[in-house]
Amino acid sequence: MTTLRERLARVRHYVREFSGEAAYDRYVAHARGHDPQAEVMTRRAFERARTDAREADPREGFRCC
Amino acid sequence: MPEPGSTGTERNAASPGGPADSLPSTAPPSRVTPTSIAVWSLVALVGAAGWTVLALSRGEDVSAAWMLAAALGSYAIAYRFYSRFIAYRVLKVDKTRATPAERLDNGVDFHPTDRRVLFGHHFAAVAGAGPLVGPVLAAQMGYLPGTIWIVAGVIFAGAVQDMVTLFFSTRRDGRSLGQMARDEIGPFGGAAALVAVFAIMIILLAVLALVIVGALAHSPWGVFSIGMTIPIALFMGVYLRVLRPGRVTEVSLIGVALLLLAIVAGGWVAESSWADFFTLKPTTLVLWMVAYGFLASVLPVWLLLAPRDYLSTFMKVGTIALMAIGVAVAMPTLKMDAITSFASRGDGPVFAGSMFPFVFITIACGALSGFHALVSSGTTPKMVQKETQIRMIGYGSMLTESFVAIMAMIAACIIEPGLFFSVNSPAGVVGSTVQSASAAVANLGFSISPEQLAQAAKDVEEASLLSRTGGAPTFALGMAEIFSSVFGGASMKAFWYHFAIMFEALFILTTLDAGTRVGRFMLQDMLGNVYKPFKQISWKPGVWLASALVVGAWGYFLWVGVKDPLGGINQLFPLFGIANQLLAAVALAVCTTLLVKSGRLKWAWVTGVPLTWDAAVTLTASWQKVFSEDPRVGFFAQRDKYQAGIDAGKTLAPAKTMDDMHTVVLNSTVDGVLSALFALLIVVVLVDAARVCFKAVRSPGSVRLAEVPWTESKIVAPAGLFPTAEEKAELAAAGLDSGGGKVKEPVA
Repeated sequence: MTTLRERLARVRHYVREFSGEAAYDRYVAHARGHDPQAEVMTRRAFERARTDAREADPREGFRCC
Repeated sequence: MPEPGSTGTERNAASPGGPADSLPSTAPPSRVTPTSIAVWSLVALVGAAGWTVLALSRGEDVSAAWMLAAALGSYAIAYRFYSRFIAYRVLKVDKTRATPAERLDNGVDFHPTDRRVLFGHHFAAVAGAGPLVGPVLAAQMGYLPGTIWIVAGVIFAGAVQDMVTLFFSTRRDGRSLGQMARDEIGPFGGAAALVAVFAIMIILLAVLALVIVGALAHSPWGVFSIGMTIPIALFMGVYLRVLRPGRVTEVSLIGVALLLLAIVAGGWVAESSWADFFTLKPTTLVLWMVAYGFLASVLPVWLLLAPRDYLSTFMKVGTIALMAIGVAVAMPTLKMDAITSFASRGDGPVFAGSMFPFVFITIACGALSGFHALVSSGTTPKMVQKETQIRMIGYGSMLTESFVAIMAMIAACIIEPGLFFSVNSPAGVVGSTVQSASAAVANLGFSISPEQLAQAAKDVEEASLLSRTGGAPTFALGMAEIFSSVFGGASMKAFWYHFAIMFEALFILTTLDAGTRVGRFMLQDMLGNVYKPFKQISWKPGVWLASALVVGAWGYFLWVGVKDPLGGINQLFPLFGIANQLLAAVALAVCTTLLVKSGRLKWAWVTGVPLTWDAAVTLTASWQKVFSEDPRVGFFAQRDKYQAGIDAGKTLAPAKTMDDMHTVVLNSTVDGVLSALFALLIVVVLVDAARVCFKAVRSPGSVRLAEVPWTESKIVAPAGLFPTAEEKAELAAAGLDSGGGKVKEPVA
């Protein structure tokens, strides 16, 4: 049986993934997955790079009518 | 589901040179048990009962429950059987084949995403204000034609287009529709597709902006609360950039709370001495919108676009869920006729033209929307974890959008038909007083008293509801009716009305900003061929000039839409529908060409039939818009009529002055030329696609596909929302949870 705590954790996981909040964790995991000593950007720098990329190509994340 | 005997050869043809393509198909066995037969028979019966009641009722009250039953029953059957057939028989999605997200995983834009998360992303990207507007306008012909098209259209055309485009783009590392058209059809068809996308973007933005203007004009409450979204978004942007980078959930919750406060505060403002300041004329609003559109598109993404996008996504998901609950609990009664006389006569006040082709043009989003092909090729394919999930993400998301369109149809049909026509007819028809509106509505064959009209406006605390065209106010009235009967009672009606207006305006402003940016990006790319620096997005003068050109283009149509004596929505909405369906024709032509080129000629009807239908609808509509002799329908006939009036020195209603007459002549000419141009573009794409298909059938050896070769997938993940028993066993063996993931390499 899944406990309430597990369910809440699952909802939290889903919301974080959906909102893009988990993007940084994913990036760090990805970078460290190949090389545990890898240099990673700080969260601040990563989030800046992410919005700047969107600036560079507005077709990413386009919304429809 | 057993595979046909010819599978082996087809698979080889499907990807010439791909050795691994001779692998067996991975269609899961379909277990036919007595329980499943019973369940699906029951679902079919529910759907059939819904359709029967909707189709046979004439004159009596019908509960919206029947519409829900018809739609949901049909969706369930279509998803279970038709989308499965497309996935495993036609496309042959391959569980063993690595997706671009797996092969090119960089942790940022390419990464395998949990199917349930990606479904949410894809749905949030495709569904906006469109499915809330089209069905409302189409309700002038009664609820039945629109409902049939929304449901049948999505099952056989819209969801198929989204899913097949997503599949082919995934097989091509997420190439865009334009790139696929160029690669697979040729430079000529590709260029036509590109021009089509740009032209559509402009018309789309103008029409959406016109919807906002219609909803906010003379409404201090609306203007104040929508205006407040700008400081709220700026605050969220700074919060995410400076204070707590990346904490999207918490800042979105703060933002939504502030948004609700802004709606409540709008009511106070409307009753205060500030009301005059926020009461704006349509023309003033246009200038604000154009200025806003320009600024929003040159400001950094993090400051305004990104935070408002979070806000509108949270609002979207929350409100749609709330709407579904509201409709299910309130079970309102449909007051509109099943079919009104406008369906056959084609002289409705909301938009002119008869049922065929104009219902199918007016309802684009929710049934078949070409714009989705831009999302299905591009962002989503780079995140698909497993090919088998394309069915749930592509087909499933579009069914959900269609359901939103059904709710909009319900919202439009539960209000008094007399009120519906008073709100949605151009000012030239209803006049400016409740008495003139009541008389005009009586002329149309419906009845509503001046007192009822005044009371309806008072209930939602608006000065007037007459001629609030564009669909948003009607939708908001319907939603307020439903929500207030479930949550809060009559005293909450005004709040819910403005909540619904805010909800639509938020989407539209986000689309306006994002669309202007995409248009600018395309324009910079095109201008870059003439003068190199334009291609650099960091070259500010280029950015400003291209932004100004794009904003100027949609601003022009918005301006004429507001000034047009015949009504901007009445004139421009068909153009928007034609443009959107034209893009669908491009997407379906690319899909059909790819099916033929990959040796699936016998399945080409899957996209070929909707393509034929869509081409027939779009070309008939364009033809009528260009050549019809009825001045209500044909732009050039309209032009001639008003030009003759000018020549004779007479003003013709609804024009009041000679200036109005000249406006009509100019607008009709521009709109007529655009209709002709759209028709020409569609013909170019279709002819070019037919040429490529013909060649592929005549000499299959000459076919070159841009498909990426097969690579083995190391990811185990379920195909659908819930894992099947076998998928559970696979996941358990790999030590993964229901989200799936990469199988761990055994340690050597």
